[in-house]
Amino acid sequence: MSFLGTAWLVARKDLLIEFRTRSAFFAAIVFALLAVVIFHFAWDPTTVTALDLAPGVLWVIFTFSGLLGLHRSFGVEEADRAIDGLLAAPIGREALFAGKAVANLVFVGAVQLVTIPAVALFYDLPLLGGAMLPGLAAVAALATIGLVAVGTLFSAMTVNTRLAELLLPMLALPFFVPIVIPAALSTARLLAGRPLGEIRGYLEMLAAFDLVFVTACTLAFPYTLEE
Amino acid sequence: MTTPAARTAAPTAPSTARGGPDLLLAAAVIAVAAALVHAVYFTPTEAVQGPAQKIFYLHVSSAIVALYLGFGLLALTSAVYLWLREERVDRMAESAAEVGLVFMSVVLLTGPIWAKPIWGTWWTWDARLTLTLFTWLIVLGYLTLRNAIEDRAQRARYSAVLGILAGLLVPFIHLSTTMFRTLHPQPILLKPSAPSMPHEMVMSWMYAQGAFVLLFVALLRARYRYGEERDRLRALRGEEV
Repeated sequence: MSFLGTAWLVARKDLLIEFRTRSAFFAAIVFALLAVVIFHFAWDPTTVTALDLAPGVLWVIFTFSGLLGLHRSFGVEEADRAIDGLLAAPIGREALFAGKAVANLVFVGAVQLVTIPAVALFYDLPLLGGAMLPGLAAVAALATIGLVAVGTLFSAMTVNTRLAELLLPMLALPFFVPIVIPAALSTARLLAGRPLGEIRGYLEMLAAFDLVFVTACTLAFPYTLEE
Repeated sequence: MTTPAARTAAPTAPSTARGGPDLLLAAAVIAVAAALVHAVYFTPTEAVQGPAQKIFYLHVSSAIVALYLGFGLLALTSAVYLWLREERVDRMAESAAEVGLVFMSVVLLTGPIWAKPIWGTWWTWDARLTLTLFTWLIVLGYLTLRNAIEDRAQRARYSAVLGILAGLLVPFIHLSTTMFRTLHPQPILLKPSAPSMPHEMVMSWMYAQGAFVLLFVALLRARYRYGEERDRLRALRGEEV
């Protein structure tokens, strides 16, 4: 079975489970929407404009709702020790990781697809002009790849430790910071109507991070599964 | 379990001499004290910042030791462990993490002490400070992860993976200071061109740096020995090491 074929099979399995139960996806969406509302009321609108607030709100929501999905990623394999079935199957470990990561990517992407219009709506953001949407898409894509790569690996590592739900955010959030900083800064620039050229540096940094950490996490993943 | 044969058989002990005071550590502490006295009393005061600048010798020396020695060693021993699966390498990684954490704590404490008179604020969320703080949190997470896993082999493996990833993160921290215009002073020592400080200050920094490196090595050795003793004790008690 080829690498891509295996990865796709694993991703499809996870996505099918999620699609049929919809539990984590709905939890993440509801969390995101509630967070948008709470953030709106947490700041005085006369002192902080929505435009200043929106990038931060967006990226905090993506990070934390992403963590919800990431925890579930290997959490589902805990029931009935389903992970043993996956490990016994003749599939490469890297392909297993790729499949899990792709499923998480789709999950977080779906949450973003709902959250961005919601934030645009509630914060009255001028999303439909000029370079904004393609720029946002590029930032979100690059940043999410990094988030998912690191998050999937840590999900595998923390799922059967004590304090798993605390340990995943504790380990993952420091690695999210070099993603969130350029992502939020680019988003702020884009929402202020700046041209795409101004965020090139940030995009390059995100791309570099993705290259390094997707490789590293894929290579490191087999070490987290040995028995 | 305690048969006469077992009781009389001596447990295998490492060959290093254990008794007596830790002379290396004593020498290191004296060196640090001497370097700091030299920095405070025998180095010219910087014109713009005044005496507050002298914390530079403590702050930068600790930062270089913590980031490049401490975390570098953590990342290196993590990689070597995954290759060799040698228990001593894992113990070295654990020691490097703890000692590195101490030096990083010094950085995070001395930075704000300097910042208050110079910037007027204890803390600012600029890129370098933020990422340094998060490096500190990563090592804290590393030590928490170690505590959360009971199986020794699994703990060593998982810690090694995290150690390697943490090491990969550090270049992104250094990159952030050159990429983002920030409030934190731009690098004046470890940069492509020559250091932009007067000669006496560079010498004072070099003394301080050397002393801090010595302190790091001494503390690392002491912590490693503690780890060895602890593991030996647990093995003797029949507990899970």
